[in-house]
Amino acid sequence: MPDSVTPYDGPVLEIEDLCLSYYTRAGEIPAVVDFSATLAPGESIGLVGESGCGKSTVAMAIMRYMGSNGDIVSGTVKFKGRDMATLSDEELRQIRGSEIAMIYQEPMAALNPSLTIGSQLIEVPMTHDGVSKEEASKRAIAMLADVHLPDPERLMEAYPHQISGGQQQRVVIAMALLSSPSLLLLDEPTTALDVTVEAGIVELIAELSRKYNSSLLYISHNLGLMLEVCDRICVMYSGEVVEEGHIDSIFSWPKHPYTHGLFGCIPLPHADKNARPLKAIRGQLPLPHERPQGCYFGPRCDFFKAGTCDQESVRMSEVNTDDDPAHRVRCKLWNSIDHDAAIPMGDAKPPAEIGETVLEIDGMQKYYEVRDTSFAAMISGKGVRQVKANEKITFRAGRGETVAIVGESGCGKSTFAKVLMGLEQATDGEVRMNGIDIGGMPVQSRSPKQLGSLQMVFQNPNDTLNPSLTIGAQIGRVIKKFGVETDPVKIQERVLHLLDVVKLPRDFAIRKPRQLSGGQKQRIGIARAFAGNPAMVIADEPISALDVSVAAAVTELLTDIQRENQTTLLFISHDLSAVRYLADRVVVMYLGMLVERGTTDEVFSPPYHPYTEALLSAVPIADPQVEKRRIVLEGNLPSALNPPKGCPFSTRCQRRIGEICDNEPPPVQFNADRHGIACHIPMEELRKVEPVIKVSDKKPDPAGATP
Amino acid sequence: MSNIIETVTPAPTPEAAFMRALKSFALLRESTPGMVGAFLVLFWVIVAILAPLIAPFDPLATLQPMAKPGTVYSMGGTFWLGTDHLGRDILSRIIYGSQTVLFYAPLATLCAYTLGILMGLAAGYHLGWWDIVLSRISDIILSFPVLVLYIIIIATIGSSGINIIIAITFASAPGIMRIVRGLVLDLRNRDYVAAAQTRGESALYIMLVEILPNARGPLIVDACLRLGYVIITIGVLGFLGLGLPPPDPDWGGMINETRKMAMIFPHMTIFPVIAISSLILGFNLLADGLREVSLRD
Repeated sequence: MPDSVTPYDGPVLEIEDLCLSYYTRAGEIPAVVDFSATLAPGESIGLVGESGCGKSTVAMAIMRYMGSNGDIVSGTVKFKGRDMATLSDEELRQIRGSEIAMIYQEPMAALNPSLTIGSQLIEVPMTHDGVSKEEASKRAIAMLADVHLPDPERLMEAYPHQISGGQQQRVVIAMALLSSPSLLLLDEPTTALDVTVEAGIVELIAELSRKYNSSLLYISHNLGLMLEVCDRICVMYSGEVVEEGHIDSIFSWPKHPYTHGLFGCIPLPHADKNARPLKAIRGQLPLPHERPQGCYFGPRCDFFKAGTCDQESVRMSEVNTDDDPAHRVRCKLWNSIDHDAAIPMGDAKPPAEIGETVLEIDGMQKYYEVRDTSFAAMISGKGVRQVKANEKITFRAGRGETVAIVGESGCGKSTFAKVLMGLEQATDGEVRMNGIDIGGMPVQSRSPKQLGSLQMVFQNPNDTLNPSLTIGAQIGRVIKKFGVETDPVKIQERVLHLLDVVKLPRDFAIRKPRQLSGGQKQRIGIARAFAGNPAMVIADEPISALDVSVAAAVTELLTDIQRENQTTLLFISHDLSAVRYLADRVVVMYLGMLVERGTTDEVFSPPYHPYTEALLSAVPIADPQVEKRRIVLEGNLPSALNPPKGCPFSTRCQRRIGEICDNEPPPVQFNADRHGIACHIPMEELRKVEPVIKVSDKKPDPAGATP
Repeated sequence: MSNIIETVTPAPTPEAAFMRALKSFALLRESTPGMVGAFLVLFWVIVAILAPLIAPFDPLATLQPMAKPGTVYSMGGTFWLGTDHLGRDILSRIIYGSQTVLFYAPLATLCAYTLGILMGLAAGYHLGWWDIVLSRISDIILSFPVLVLYIIIIATIGSSGINIIIAITFASAPGIMRIVRGLVLDLRNRDYVAAAQTRGESALYIMLVEILPNARGPLIVDACLRLGYVIITIGVLGFLGLGLPPPDPDWGGMINETRKMAMIFPHMTIFPVIAISSLILGFNLLADGLREVSLRD
């Protein structure tokens, strides 16, 4: 290749005025409009935006891999000075996978399940560099060591399903880096992973891109993650870049109303559900063929000026700040907006009063039996093994209180919800709801009143409603079933009232779920849960499948209804930012065990359980004023079938003190009344731990931002 | 968030529902095989409905034996497709035969589906003993060669319209159960099923209201295919003499009665064969078209 003879030292990627369209039955749909970016060697640039804003389409266009119905309408993509549009299929194949590599969201889908990891890895150097099999496998083993995977030789022989999700993603990264690409495209590479695993992957990507001097194009919806991995970011909205610039400049002095809106939707450390609630961006993302005239964000913008914003399409304009000459914004009014006051904030609300104890959980246990019918198991007499999904869970929740259950996948939080709902029965211990033990009471033997007083909001908006029934019929059924109303007219009235409560138009009652967006479906899910006037609602990750701005609206809705009805909310989540914002009390779980519980302030400040500490450090926070202590956990979550004998966290703990951790279950030590930590480390030492998150009080000087 | 503006799309009305039905038909138009299939099926349905009006002769009347196609009958009229060895007009018999096949085939399919769906729902939703017992029963039935099964059943209970339906139901329900069970295994883990469980709905309600309607897509496609097989089956049963008792016009029976003379008088056999093939082809193409359309977008 000519590049290897005379080293190319210009920008790796130059995109100019790129317009991309998809051609469908409905006609041409412009997916990306007027996209420009330049990427220098070793630089990392982030594309951030909500779903449907065209960020993945850009990545596909760079590879010139748009599928049969997508095409570049105008503009150029130059990779190392060569126009990608002029390359033949053969030349493209040379570049793809060798000079431009891509890492996808779902690692299991990126690896072939029927080939060993080794055979998939050695393919890369054998195809692109034409080296021998021995040489290729040597390189593959070295690369596996580079991505910090233990025992690379053995791993070469393993199949993808034999390793964990985090390890799979490391293998995918190794595969992408094997040909030392100049450009690495990462499409939500950590979205499918747990936060502590994500922290490790993020660190790995940063380390490797330095080592191999690759440029990164990082696509994500997570602003906090962007702050940690990128030099520059482009904020996209409805197919356009609305603001781009240096990461510090954008995070400290955003100029576009949409960027302001996004920051108003994220539960940052200073947000508070009572004093400083989140403010959702009103309205919805316009469909690509229904974009408004002029500024696409116009109808949702608080600064909208008729006559200015709804005329011709808006071009990017320069924001010449001293420290970031590349900051550009697509807004005509950016100069006249008061950016200090522009960070949207909802109106302060009175804190809810916490009443008498509604739910009392006392030593609740849930074991599953796993039968091993192999011959070896029969001989050794270990035919039945137990999976301890929940082990000695103890906590209380009061009326009107929000209790968050936090933990990563596999920690038993969903099992706990199932026991509460009566879909599973507790093995031992008590679950008292209003004084009655319901832990062993299956759903069939609960009275309609008991059922109605305990309802659930589910995680997946596309799964929560029956696609075949109208919204009205589904909510009406709940009202009838719980005996709130019996007269069909009154039921209809209450359905319409509930639609008002969740702020949806009344004619939604006769719609089918497929006509609704994800956020709207989730609102219906909330309306359904509150239809029977429940005393307690369990929300199992209700916002984790939603976009930032939609999630903020749903969060606010949930807290408003809860405040009004004095409902106890059990909020199950892995997202510590949302938990800090929403919860009054927090319960942290790891591998079925409760490791820490207390009020939100107690849990989020020292003394911490070492796991809470690591979890806090792993969560990306979209605020440059926040300083974090970095703790990256080693290893994997142990199997629930074979948990550590002592403390469940001992295999990954960064503060492990010795043998005692491996062999003895830790005692629960109390720091304050109802703030318990299950750890062997003496409380005095835990109290000495530095806080993980420090918020500097000084607001960055905006003087440098104003031209 | 009182300031949230939701886009309001028009609410569905009866007219809108009709428009949507038209639209799904318009979607089918994009699939050529689907349109050919729909045309063939529609053709035979119209023929069956209008049989008394369009049939030139009484299908049971003995008129003029072994007339070649196009022969003019002395009492008036033309045998467009000729007559059979007993002198009955083949065109009229095919026209009336379409009534038989289009009555028994959908009815038998419907019965098979009702049983298969109930079995599949029970096995897939309850799992455990229900699943073990129902799956083993269907495995046993499926392990018999189908034809042997039909011969055993019809030989035992005798040949009549009702018994054909019973035999087809018995032989096809296990296959349908397999499909339904697979669909239910996926759907039973949906959140809306959990929501129904946690509001104390009965198992029957969950199966029929929450699960079954959402399995309808693949089932409709399969029903079209299976309808084709059932038509073959009815034809085969007629051919083997296990179908409807004579002299009722039955396409399979017509082929059987005339096959010995097929070398000399091919028209007696060939036209019923074309009739059966075109109807089966119609249903199969329709199923293909529906599947193709449903996979798009």
